[in-house]
Amino acid sequence: MNQVINQGGQEVIGVGRVEGPILVVEGGIDVGYDEVVEIHDSQGQLRRGRILEVGEGMAVVEVFAGTTGLSVDGTRVRFLGGPLHIPVAEEMLGRIFDGLGNPLDGGPQPLTDRYADINGQPINPTARVYPRDFIQTGISAIDGLNTLLRGQKLPLFSGAGMPHDQLAAQIVRQATLGRPAGEASGDSEQFAIVFAAMGVKHDVADFFRHSFTESGALTRVAMFLNLADDPPVERLVTPRAALTLAEYLAFERGMHVLVVLTDMTNYCEALRQISNIRGEVPSRKGYPGYLYSDLASIYERTGRIKTSDGSITQVPILTMPNDDITHPVPDLTGYITEGQIVLGRDLNHNGIYPPITVLPSLSRLMKDGIGAGRTRADHSHLSAQLYAAYAHVMDVRSLASVIGEEELGEVDQQYLKFGRAFEQEFVNQTYTENRTIERTLDIGWKLLSMLPKEELTRVTLEEIEKYYGAGQRDGHASD
Amino acid sequence: MTQQVGTVTWINGPVIRARGSRNVSMLELVEVGEEHLVGEVIGLNGDVITAQVYEETSGMRPGAPVFGTGLPLSVELGPGLLRSIFDGVQRPLPVIEMRLGSFIERGMRLTPLYRKTPWDFTPRVSVGDEVSGGIILGTVPETDALEHRVMVPPDVSGTLTWVAPAGKYTLEDIIAKVRTRSGAERELTMLQRWPVRRLRPYKTRLGQNIPLITGQRVLDTFFPVAKGGAAAIPGGFGSGKTVTQHQIAKWADTEVIVYIGCGERGNEMTEVLQEFPHLVDPRSGRPLMERTVLIANTSNMPVAAREASIYTGITIAEYYRDMGYHVALMADSTSRWAEALREVSGRLEEMPAEEGYPAYLANRLAEFYERAGYVETLNGSKGSVSVVGAVSPPGGDFSEPVTQHTKRFIRCFWALDKALASARHFPSINWLDSYSEYLEDVADWWREEVGKDWYHQRNQAMEILSEESRLSQIVKLVGPDALPDEERLILETARLLREGFLQQSAMDEIDQYSTVQKQIRMLELILHFHQRALRIVKHGAAISVIHNLPSVGTLIRMKTLVPNDQLEKLDDIQKEIDQQMDQLDSEYR
Repeated sequence: MNQVINQGGQEVIGVGRVEGPILVVEGGIDVGYDEVVEIHDSQGQLRRGRILEVGEGMAVVEVFAGTTGLSVDGTRVRFLGGPLHIPVAEEMLGRIFDGLGNPLDGGPQPLTDRYADINGQPINPTARVYPRDFIQTGISAIDGLNTLLRGQKLPLFSGAGMPHDQLAAQIVRQATLGRPAGEASGDSEQFAIVFAAMGVKHDVADFFRHSFTESGALTRVAMFLNLADDPPVERLVTPRAALTLAEYLAFERGMHVLVVLTDMTNYCEALRQISNIRGEVPSRKGYPGYLYSDLASIYERTGRIKTSDGSITQVPILTMPNDDITHPVPDLTGYITEGQIVLGRDLNHNGIYPPITVLPSLSRLMKDGIGAGRTRADHSHLSAQLYAAYAHVMDVRSLASVIGEEELGEVDQQYLKFGRAFEQEFVNQTYTENRTIERTLDIGWKLLSMLPKEELTRVTLEEIEKYYGAGQRDGHASD
Repeated sequence: MTQQVGTVTWINGPVIRARGSRNVSMLELVEVGEEHLVGEVIGLNGDVITAQVYEETSGMRPGAPVFGTGLPLSVELGPGLLRSIFDGVQRPLPVIEMRLGSFIERGMRLTPLYRKTPWDFTPRVSVGDEVSGGIILGTVPETDALEHRVMVPPDVSGTLTWVAPAGKYTLEDIIAKVRTRSGAERELTMLQRWPVRRLRPYKTRLGQNIPLITGQRVLDTFFPVAKGGAAAIPGGFGSGKTVTQHQIAKWADTEVIVYIGCGERGNEMTEVLQEFPHLVDPRSGRPLMERTVLIANTSNMPVAAREASIYTGITIAEYYRDMGYHVALMADSTSRWAEALREVSGRLEEMPAEEGYPAYLANRLAEFYERAGYVETLNGSKGSVSVVGAVSPPGGDFSEPVTQHTKRFIRCFWALDKALASARHFPSINWLDSYSEYLEDVADWWREEVGKDWYHQRNQAMEILSEESRLSQIVKLVGPDALPDEERLILETARLLREGFLQQSAMDEIDQYSTVQKQIRMLELILHFHQRALRIVKHGAAISVIHNLPSVGTLIRMKTLVPNDQLEKLDDIQKEIDQQMDQLDSEYR
């Protein structure tokens, strides 16, 4: 079932030590760091692995499928003489693969002679094109306040039991290249989608498959599945295999690729497991000191380059253990990605969908993808004003919880009303609702018009003149 | 020059061990494997050499040769540094792009500075002159914004026996010959090399009493850093470290900027690359790129080169300082550099101290920050290197080792605050947690250069802000109505300070840069408003009367309404305030 990348290679029978998914091979071998190995157990079954460390006459190997059934004497290890490669081809869209890139859907191996190293290579910063094209997701809390751009990496920070999968599926379904407000969206240029599941449950994978089928997207989706009961070590390869295909599609075939990785927390746990067994010095919470660099080698495989029209946009999903945003996984992710969309439990309890907690959410690249000619001239100020006003709502709410709502001043009472309306009308929408950017911005202004003009210091006087109260005047509020 | 000194015996990520010669020296540059990957010796034990390799080691095998160079890791210094973008070990990224395309492959050997460019050299010395290290031999207009002063290397002195006449020369052409004391003749070119881990010599350190003007009000007015000083910007993700660093890189009043993107995002470096050539330096009127050297070692580039990038950057900064220039160096982010140290240390299986960091972390940080300074150079001119280091504490928790150790070696601390960033208050520098130890040092400068009593006014404003923080604790418990109107005025003025002064938009054409004159006038207006309002409130006016004055809105918007070259408009605003106050004065007498 596996293609052999490199014919031949040396073979060793018998290993020195087996420990968790780690295998230590001893003997007079000549192998290189990071090479792939094939391992046959005494029954002749094949699994694969990767070299983590080499010394004179010894090599440390991580076995992707785990070491169950391997014996010290009965194991044959074959060194293939190069890093792991996977086939890449356009026809891989519409197919389903396991975490190492082998077909899972009963179909044949993709027909291609193009194999690519799963580790990729860093993009030269001078060869990048700075992302500026806005992606309309049809979700107000994203489009209006945390705009996603082509070539950006914007993760969803979620928690167990929150609808991050629905939100990701909705983004995948609705994402189109944005047009400035007022302009008809012309060609519905659609994304190719590369979906990588790491340690998620069967139901979750099924949910995504259904959602892709329903929206008719399945033919432009390549799925790489490493499910919860699959070997954890394979998880370290899954996102890299997926991104290798994405890079081929984007930078060699000129396609716009949207990559969804779920769930990065499981990936990091697999990494910790390996690090632990190897006895490495841990940094925070037992995660290895190189977690940042390792995550960067995944997240940074995003963007646009000068020599291709294509782009890779990443939407990784991670669940924050115990909803703790300072946990090393979300924390280091936030330092690498260009912002984050944070889902909140309170909003979820209140029945708000999507439960995007606006204040800690951020899109770093937003400033360069919005404004006149891209979305609308007032977008940037409007968004800052909504943020500032909603931040004040939080202060007022905590004050109100102490002294009671009646005791609040008139303006603060208006803020409370604004806050409720903001959550109900701006953030809240349905799973199938696809709002245009214009509609999103108009709702924003309609809500701001609930506050006195004097409070609106982040927007210009001209913008107030043009948009304040507009929603009430000409009934923009209804569709 | 290179000869084999050993063979590889062990490989683990960027760290390798080799067995061989006992004559390799510590921190010597080595080349590893047939591809000649660049590395640096970090440990010697008998005949075992430990080295960190600045490139990806995938596929490397035990038995691969290791070559010694006999030299420590060095940078090339000379005309052509400005406008360049290098990786952590000074390889020119645009050239790599030209040769290899969009992705960085390993094993690329390139000279950092392009050898063939003809530079216009004008000598400043003549035959027979006694010269020593640092003496300026001549000048080259490196960019329209900066004159490059070609200096005698620090370790050379003697009598000039030949000097090239004015004309065009490349970096390899000889421009002067020196007979040294020992009688040997040294040929000098415009190109020098200097080991990155050794600080470049200077004559003496000078006091730091000139502020580094950044055009950012919260920095210049509230927490100034002096030229030659060191400042740190710590903050969790999304709190605006990078934007603040970019703003300083754009507007700082230094002749040269060295910007190190150390383990950060690729798109951010691209943003700088695309934006700086189009932004104009308010002082020279030339594109900002003409005074900038960029060093980009993004997070997915090899980790050991990330460790080197900081040293590469500061050595270049010191080189321009030695010419008598003011240089500002931004390092974004020193935490990534510390993590690179940790990663290498972990692979060496050294005993960890706090959170897995090696015990020598503090030492390394000190060595780096101490290379900042305002000095008299070897040629008697005055120059400075100011260092602004971003720190990325895990979880935004300032008690972690990198932030804590950094605090010991800097005198200016700009604490970023996530809550402010969430409310889109930018720059989100918390005025209560930040500090500057340069306040008294630079007060004289404000008096002499701007003609204003900045120190007094700044402290007055700080008092209002800290009083606000105390009062808002009470407000949180009992609501604002329980406070007497005089105290509510404090809250009102503090709001003016926060929204009208401290908040500054990096995106607004007018607001992104404020001259010191504009800053101090704005501050004066807000304090003037406070004084007048205080009298009226004391005479019994309700706070709502003050709150509803039209001039409140004007004060909040003046930052975007008044351009730097039309400060007389601020006088009009003062008249507007006075008019409205006079009116109230007459009502509440």
